[in-house]
Amino acid sequence: MKIDPRLCVECANCVAVCPMSAIHIDPEIRRAVVDEDECVECFACYRGMSSENLNPMLIRLARRTLGLFRFRFDPEPDGCPTAAIVPQELEWPRSIRRVFSDVLMTHEGTGILGRGTEEVKTNDVTGRLGPGFAGFVVELGRPSVGARFYDIEKVSRALAAVGVIFEEKNPITGLMTDVSEGALDPEVLDEKVMSAIIEFRTPLEGTDAVLQVLEGVAREIDTVMAVGVAARCGEDGQNDLESMLPALGYPIVRAKTNLGLGRAEVIS
Amino acid sequence: MTHSLHRFGQPEDLAGDYIVFAMPAQGVDPESAIRTEKEFLRRSLRHQPVNLGDAKKGGWFQPQKNLGPGVHWRRNTEPKPELVIDGVDAPGIVAAVFDRYEAMEAFVEELRELDLGVSINISALADRAATCCRACGITRHSVEYSLGFLGKTEKLPEKEILELATMCGHGTVSFGLAEKMMDRVRSGRMTPKAAARTLARFCVCSIFNPARAEEILSGKRKRG
Repeated sequence: MKIDPRLCVECANCVAVCPMSAIHIDPEIRRAVVDEDECVECFACYRGMSSENLNPMLIRLARRTLGLFRFRFDPEPDGCPTAAIVPQELEWPRSIRRVFSDVLMTHEGTGILGRGTEEVKTNDVTGRLGPGFAGFVVELGRPSVGARFYDIEKVSRALAAVGVIFEEKNPITGLMTDVSEGALDPEVLDEKVMSAIIEFRTPLEGTDAVLQVLEGVAREIDTVMAVGVAARCGEDGQNDLESMLPALGYPIVRAKTNLGLGRAEVIS
Repeated sequence: MTHSLHRFGQPEDLAGDYIVFAMPAQGVDPESAIRTEKEFLRRSLRHQPVNLGDAKKGGWFQPQKNLGPGVHWRRNTEPKPELVIDGVDAPGIVAAVFDRYEAMEAFVEELRELDLGVSINISALADRAATCCRACGITRHSVEYSLGFLGKTEKLPEKEILELATMCGHGTVSFGLAEKMMDRVRSGRMTPKAAARTLARFCVCSIFNPARAEEILSGKRKRG
């Protein structure tokens, strides 16, 4: 992402809007600039900000004049007054940033929007996560810290070492050069993304071991990760994780519940 | 994607936060899926949702690209549900957000009777979702639990900012904007409602709960 210096009026609205804090005002040129190494190409600034399409010369003049009287120009806080934010063409490997960060990018491997897969959201139709398994969804970089692929690889390698079964259609699995080792494509390791999801399953009895691995590798990464784990319910609507997780020190608070109202026969 | 799963907050504060979403599995006839999603959204309007959205197109609070200078004194930020419903043109995730358990349960009951055939999920406190299923005579199929955040959690901001920002699971509501809205409300430069709607406009898939945000921003929490 770039900010057009001919249009920027130094209002600093985009500074607060950037989820990665990658935008700052350069005091020498008095314009907002993007730190390209920190920018994850999420498009939150470009797409999320409203715009007034004002004349930048007029705004700068107004700001200087108002400043003389100790007044300040105060644009709408979610707007770029002059539509100065401009996307740029992305080349590999930088293009991987947008794939994992822009919520409206459809990943070619999953066919759906976002950084993960349908996981248990459509499990009533797909049967992807069967009885007896725990389906883990580990999202590196979330919430809003961002993650480099070298940190993501630390986690995928640690998980591979305990024999988890990586989800084939997951975008991170698609980046693995060796799934048995959890090794990622070396070309992307320094790239930064908003977040990336490692998705895998393990027999339910392996849940404790996986959590221990995650707690251990969490101390080795320079970011955060949000962890979710899913199970299929029995005919009584219950599942083993409900008793297992609190016993392992993870109280149950929020959850996503698939109601089982989907029908497989509607798939053509 | 786990976009709705990891909302930060104490259980008593999350009791005013319910997301119901519909998602057709890949392979479903697109035209049929679009009709179903529009029906889901239309029906949700009977139960006073606080947000509504199509993950591909945005929600009823959307950025406005053609504002004029008059916006500083008069800006229309009212929800536009028809924009969302008419805009559904491809299969994807559609969601309705509620701030009351009773509204969510009534909507789920209606969905059960409608039998749309697509996958329906509730993202909320686990016990409230389970209660809702029992009340509606639904046997849960699968449940995904949030285990919270691990790693360098010292990089995360203070509680209220985290509560606001994690209502957008894709991370497009930044910590910086949440903090800015809190400052503006504290200094009397914005109302909590206007600040909440400003944040909501950045959440593309529209699972942001502006009613809960308003409570956080105003310091008035709804408990239980």
